Amino acid sequence: MSSGVGGLTGWVRLGCLTAAALLAVTACGSNAPPTGSTQAPPPTAKMATPTSIGPGEGQLNLIAWEGYVDDSWVKQFTAASGCKVNAKYAGSSDEMVSLMKDGGGGQYDMVSASGDADLRLIYSGDVRPMNEKLIPDFANFQSYFKSPPYNTISGVHYGISLQWGPNTLLYNTKKFVNPPTSWNVLYDKTNTGLVTVPDNPIQIADAALYLMKTQPNLKITDPYELKQNQFDAAVKLLKDQRPLIKKYWALASDEISLFQNGDVTVGAAWPYQTIQLKAAGAPVADTIPSEGATGWGDTWMLGTKATHPNCAYLWTAYVSTPKVQATQALFFGETPVNTKACAEMETLQAGSCAQYHADAAGSYFDTIKFWKTPIAQCGDGSSSCIPYDQWVAAWTTIKG
Amino acid sequence: MASEIVRRPRPKGGGAVPFQRLLWRFAWLRPLLLLAPPLAWFLLVYIASLVLLLITAFWSIDPFTTQIIQVWNTNNFRVIFTEPTYRTIIGRTVLMAALVTITDAVLAFPFAYFMARVATRRVQTILFALVLLPLWASYLARVYSWILILNHNGLLNWSLRSIGLPPADIGYTNTAMWVVFSYIWLPFMIIPVYAALERVPESLLEAAADLGARRWRAMRDIVLPLALPGVAAGSIFTFSLTLGDYITPILVGGAGSSFIGNVVYANVGIANNIPFAAALATVPVAIMAVYLLIAQRLGAFEAL
Repeated sequence: MSSGVGGLTGWVRLGCLTAAALLAVTACGSNAPPTGSTQAPPPTAKMATPTSIGPGEGQLNLIAWEGYVDDSWVKQFTAASGCKVNAKYAGSSDEMVSLMKDGGGGQYDMVSASGDADLRLIYSGDVRPMNEKLIPDFANFQSYFKSPPYNTISGVHYGISLQWGPNTLLYNTKKFVNPPTSWNVLYDKTNTGLVTVPDNPIQIADAALYLMKTQPNLKITDPYELKQNQFDAAVKLLKDQRPLIKKYWALASDEISLFQNGDVTVGAAWPYQTIQLKAAGAPVADTIPSEGATGWGDTWMLGTKATHPNCAYLWTAYVSTPKVQATQALFFGETPVNTKACAEMETLQAGSCAQYHADAAGSYFDTIKFWKTPIAQCGDGSSSCIPYDQWVAAWTTIKG
Repeated sequence: MASEIVRRPRPKGGGAVPFQRLLWRFAWLRPLLLLAPPLAWFLLVYIASLVLLLITAFWSIDPFTTQIIQVWNTNNFRVIFTEPTYRTIIGRTVLMAALVTITDAVLAFPFAYFMARVATRRVQTILFALVLLPLWASYLARVYSWILILNHNGLLNWSLRSIGLPPADIGYTNTAMWVVFSYIWLPFMIIPVYAALERVPESLLEAAADLGARRWRAMRDIVLPLALPGVAAGSIFTFSLTLGDYITPILVGGAGSSFIGNVVYANVGIANNIPFAAALATVPVAIMAVYLLIAQRLGAFEAL
């Protein structure tokens, strides 16, 4: 089955390339349907999913974020399932996408992809649908994470949600006696040279989210689906922000030392940095401002050419259980998607459930716009939205 | 006669004599065999990768799936030369490389002069060890130690404050990059300048003195011209190492500190746009080609 689909897309791509070569068109993806356009359903949409989990194949090869495949919960899984877990850690979403090319090539079974990579994986045909009914804890998931738009298309689940985290506004409590309530502190000239934001093109969505509320005439409805004029406004806002920036941080540890050393007083962050800084005694706090926030959600996705699908399903079911969800959340500094994990988190570390918003009400998720790959197709059905490669190019011009 | 020699029993190495005879008969075979392995390495690994780089630069990618499309076009180069940001970044990289080279030359010359012509043998050895000592520590460790010195609550601001001066706050700026680069590549300038100065014959200086030249005149007309190839040789290192660096800008730079290397890195690692990265990577190759031509005119290769 998998080879059939892989072979088909291979031929389609080849045909597309040949056509492009014949017509001397520069970019195939811009006008040829199979790989570039998103009007067509994902190539693997019709692949059948298993109705039961067979015996494990004895092995499972994962591409994961560092810390996602830790011995403290992997050992028990291997003992119970007989699946020996081999993990390759990837450093970025884009590394994950390139490792999973050609459906994982039969080499990798699963990937713990973040929302900004998911649609690229899905529409390239590198991952295949999964049967959520084989994951017993799926029923206990926060309802948002059962079918988030970044991993579920037309009701088909291309993976099972794992953990998530918001992108928060982090500030120095000594410099901000009155806690800031708006992202405008990141664009306010009085903070020149005291701001830090992530060095990531997806940051353009944070600017768009701010513009959604402050410039309603732009009519932005989704910060990841921007038309040219909306995109230009977000890029301009970020270019105007550059003089305020002390440093675009690449690693969480960079931002931690920037705050510790007093180089910056306010910035965009993850809850992880706040927890680390508070533990080190730094006078900081974080908040989700009134405009809302962006966030990231990770998903275990199954490679189209995975050779150990049973172990993959066993693994996904295992990491969805409350205990493992809680352990991983506290290990990494993120929030489980399983609502039953809250109690487990409390036993491991009192107060952690509320601290990580693991007990958040459904309405909380309306304030968070989760990362998804910007693609040309807009929510309104047109194809005039700015795709990710232009986000990357614009980000270079923003940083200068 | 010859067949008798071959038939005579020998202890070991049976084929050696005909082979040697072959080498003797075809004299050109010896250098060819000697050069074949390094030449093959040079052509396959070195030149081939550069050619591939150049070819890839004329391809493009599918923006969504990031698959490489092998259709010839010059779009990448058009973007590099028309988008002002890339011009700024190339200009910044070259300017920084030039500034660091000048700074290192100015710092290295008196130091190398002292080492080569003034210091005793013992002091010379100690100074040599001191120059080379930082090279034993990891590059990252040295850059991070500069972050600790230059940041807001760092050693520099602390020292300035304790003597009643306002803080400098040069952490995460281009000034910080200039300081760190100049520090890191300084040994690569000192060593060739030292080598060039040590080779200045004492007799020339004695002759100059005999002819009535004062110390400064001898320095200007004899020592400096003879040391220039050493400076040019050192500048090849400082210039090219700065031109190709992308780690120091990430760690020490602030907003608006991207180098060519950073954009290449972002295009490979984040955008997966290898053709564009290849196109941009040809820019420093071209700059270095021009630079080496100039350095060769200044006699840098004789001093290496």
